[in-house]
Amino acid sequence: MEMLIFLIFAALALASAVVVVGHRSPVYSTMALVVTLFSMAVLFVVLGAPFIGVLQVLIYTGAIVVLFLFVIMLLNVGREEVQPSGQRAQAVMAILGAVVFGGLVMLAVSGVQAAAFPQLTPEMVSVKGLARELFRDYLLPFEIVGLLLLVAVIGATVAARKPPQVDVSSPDPKESEP
Amino acid sequence: MGAELVPTVLKLAVMLLFLLQVAPIMLWVERRGSALIQDRLGPNRVGPLGLFQGLADAVKFMFKEDVTPAAADKPLFLMAPVLALLPAFTTIVVIPFGPDFLYNGRTYPLVVAPVETGVLLYLAIASLSVYSLVLAGYASNNKFSLLGALRASAQLISYELAMAIAVLAVVVPVGSFYLGDVVQYQRENVWNALPQLLGFLVFVIAAFAETNRLPFDLPEAESELIAGFHTEYSAMRFAVFFMAEYTSMAALSALGVTLYLGGWSLPGVDLHGWLGAAVGLAVLLGKVALCMLFFVWVRWTFPRFRYDQLMRLGWKVLLPLAIFNLILVAVLTLAGVL
Repeated sequence: MEMLIFLIFAALALASAVVVVGHRSPVYSTMALVVTLFSMAVLFVVLGAPFIGVLQVLIYTGAIVVLFLFVIMLLNVGREEVQPSGQRAQAVMAILGAVVFGGLVMLAVSGVQAAAFPQLTPEMVSVKGLARELFRDYLLPFEIVGLLLLVAVIGATVAARKPPQVDVSSPDPKESEP
Repeated sequence: MGAELVPTVLKLAVMLLFLLQVAPIMLWVERRGSALIQDRLGPNRVGPLGLFQGLADAVKFMFKEDVTPAAADKPLFLMAPVLALLPAFTTIVVIPFGPDFLYNGRTYPLVVAPVETGVLLYLAIASLSVYSLVLAGYASNNKFSLLGALRASAQLISYELAMAIAVLAVVVPVGSFYLGDVVQYQRENVWNALPQLLGFLVFVIAAFAETNRLPFDLPEAESELIAGFHTEYSAMRFAVFFMAEYTSMAALSALGVTLYLGGWSLPGVDLHGWLGAAVGLAVLLGKVALCMLFFVWVRWTFPRFRYDQLMRLGWKVLLPLAIFNLILVAVLTLAGVL
C-alpha cells in the first residue's frame, strides 16, 4: 500500500516537474509546481514525517507559490512574452544541473553511508523532536538563518523602492502593499 | 486497514452529509436574513416560508446555459470551480464531533482523520483555497476578474498569517496540534474564547477575510468589479462557487468552534456511547449554525472596507495583535497561569 502511494506520487511529482520546466505558459508552470510540491508533501508523509509534509503544503503550496502566481498575474506575463534568457545561459544551467544530478545519482547508487549524520527517526521529525533540534541543539544556525531572511527582506524592499524624485511638484503615487 | 475502513467511511459520510446541506439551507437563511435586516419580506412563495427556494434555485442553476467565454483559458476555467470545493470538503476531516466511542472493546475517536498535526493540516489544506479564486480570475480573461483574483491572492495570504498565529496561541497551552486534545483541554478548563479573547477576535476577523465575506468581500466587490473573480461564470459553475463559499464558511466555523467555543462539548454534559455521539454532533452543528447566523448578520450590517484599509488592517493591526497574543499566552503558560 505504502509502495503504491509512493509510486503514484513520485511519478506525479516527476511528471509535473517536467511540466514546470517545459510549459510555455507561466501560469500552467506554476500550477504544475503546486502539484509537484503537493506530491512531495505526500512523499514526506509516506516516509513517516507528517509534520514536515504539512509544513511543505502550508508554506510552499499555500503561500510562496501563491506569491509567484500573484506576480505573474500582476505583470500579466502572457504565453508569447516569455523569452528564454539566452541560449548560452540555458546551456550553462543545463550542464550544471546535469552535473549535480549525476553526482546525486552516483551517491545513491554507490551506497555510501554518510556516517557523520545520525540516522533519522520518526521522533526526530515529529513536532516536539524538531522543536528540540531547532531551538536547542541548532539554535545559533537557526537564528542566523532568520537574520539572513530578514536582511533579504530589507534588501528587497530597498531594491524595489523607486529612487527619490528630484521634482516634487507631483504628489507621491500611492504605494501598493503586497 | 480493513478494520479501520468501515468506521472511517461512516464518519466521513456523517460529515459530508452535513456539509452538503449547508449551501441550500444557507441560501434561504441568507436571503430571509437579509430581508429581515432590511425590513423586506424576502423569498416566501416557494413552499412554507419560502423554504423550498433553495431547491428551486438549484433546478434553475442546472438548466441554465453554461457559458464559457471564447477568450477564456479553457482547462483552467473549468478546473477553478472544482478546486473551490476541494479544500472545504477536505478540511472537515480533522474536526472532532463527539467523545471517544467504545464499540466491541475498541475505542474510536469521533473524527474522520485523527492525525497528530490536525490543526496544521486544516490550515495547510485551507490555504489551497486561494488557487480556485486566482485561477478563476485569470482564466476568465476579463479585467474585472483579474482584478478580483489579484485582490484575492493578496488578501488571503495576508489574513492567513494572522489567523495561523492566532491559532498557534491556542495550541501552546494545550500542547498538541490534535483537535481532540484541544476540546479535551477546554472540557477540563474553560472555553478558550475566554482566556484568549484577543486571539479569538483576531481569528473571527481573519475568518471573514478568508471566506471573502463582507466586510471583506473585496475579490468580488460587486459595486466596483461586477462580481470579481466569478464574473464570467454562469449556471452550475457559478452555483459551485456559491456552494464553496458556504461550505468553507461552515468548515471554518467548525474549526473556530472547536478551537475557541468548546467544540462538541457542553459544560456539565458528560455522555458516552450512541447518545454521547448524537449529542456531541448536535451540539457541534448547533454551534456552527449560530456562527453561520453571525456571518449573515455581519454581512448585512457592515459596509465594505476599502482595499488599502483591508491591507492595513491585516498587516499593521491584526498581525501584531496576533503575535502579541502568542507571546502573552506563551509567557502565561510558562508561568503556569493557563
